[in-house]
Amino acid sequence: MSIWLVMLLGGLITFGIRFSLIYLLAEGRVQIPDGVRRALHYVPPAVLSALIFPDLFVSRDILDISLGNHRLLAGLIAISVAWFSKNTLLTILTGMLALTLLQLFG
Amino acid sequence: MSEATKNFWAGVRAEIPLLIGVFPFGMIYGALALNAGISKLASQMMSSIVFAGSSQFITTQLVGDAAPGIVIVLTIAVVNLRHMLYSASLAPYLSSLSTRWKIILSYLLTDEAYAPTILQYEKEGVQRFSHWFLLGAGFALWFTWQVSTALGIFLGAAIPDSWSLDFALPLTFIAMVVPMLKNRPAIAAAVSAGIVALAAYSLPYGLGLILAAIVGILVGSFLDGRRPSMEGL
Repeated sequence: MSIWLVMLLGGLITFGIRFSLIYLLAEGRVQIPDGVRRALHYVPPAVLSALIFPDLFVSRDILDISLGNHRLLAGLIAISVAWFSKNTLLTILTGMLALTLLQLFG
Repeated sequence: MSEATKNFWAGVRAEIPLLIGVFPFGMIYGALALNAGISKLASQMMSSIVFAGSSQFITTQLVGDAAPGIVIVLTIAVVNLRHMLYSASLAPYLSSLSTRWKIILSYLLTDEAYAPTILQYEKEGVQRFSHWFLLGAGFALWFTWQVSTALGIFLGAAIPDSWSLDFALPLTFIAMVVPMLKNRPAIAAAVSAGIVALAAYSLPYGLGLILAAIVGILVGSFLDGRRPSMEGL
């Protein structure tokens, strides 16, 4: 199979996945049951955490929960800033600054 | 400025911190794709035809390993399965749009466009032009992905690893998820998903991510179903 065909099929499937429920769950076609509607509410916290945790805890393919894990420490600092300030920009800047300082002096 | 334009730019602005994190990934992808022996044109076009970062990385690796085409296609499908959750999650907010809009917005529906958009919808609800926010966030990411891919192809991955710009991605997601943790079901959903993501990290094709998300969603909705209906609403 040529790389172009692979890309075309891969792209079509990817689009199909993204389009699938936006298309199917539209008004009138399929009604969304209450249980599903409630479950959908938990998609953002679940997905975002599933993206975040490995970035913080996994270092060079190994689970690292030690103080030597700079990304984990910087991440925890960012989490507390986010918790108290609820400020996106401040959270990101503090996290980047913490990681930079830890890498320079840690 | 019209309501539509205003929402478009609000989407672009919300996307900016994510763009900083995505940029080095785009460059690394471009450099890796060339390395794997994919032509410059095909490497660049993959960023618009497939337009899904992690599956593009895995594709370059599989091409380098000379894996059969059908295996690569199936792998792309599995890696991108999580987008079905985003599709379901946004569906109620996009249901009144025309099919043309749904097609464009679906094409742009990545992790990084989904995150700020769902936040915006949960905060503001659906208004007449709110889908322009997703268009802005999605387009900003699309544009950045194309440019960073091109730079990676022509310059190589020129940003030093030690800058750790990629850390802007988890940081932005942190800034988004922490304010959502307002009650026990939400906290339980986030923590359980995170733990499963670590436990299942070694599963191939990002399957650990999907498993983690599903466990988190189930835990959250189970606890939600048990609590008295008015609490924490």
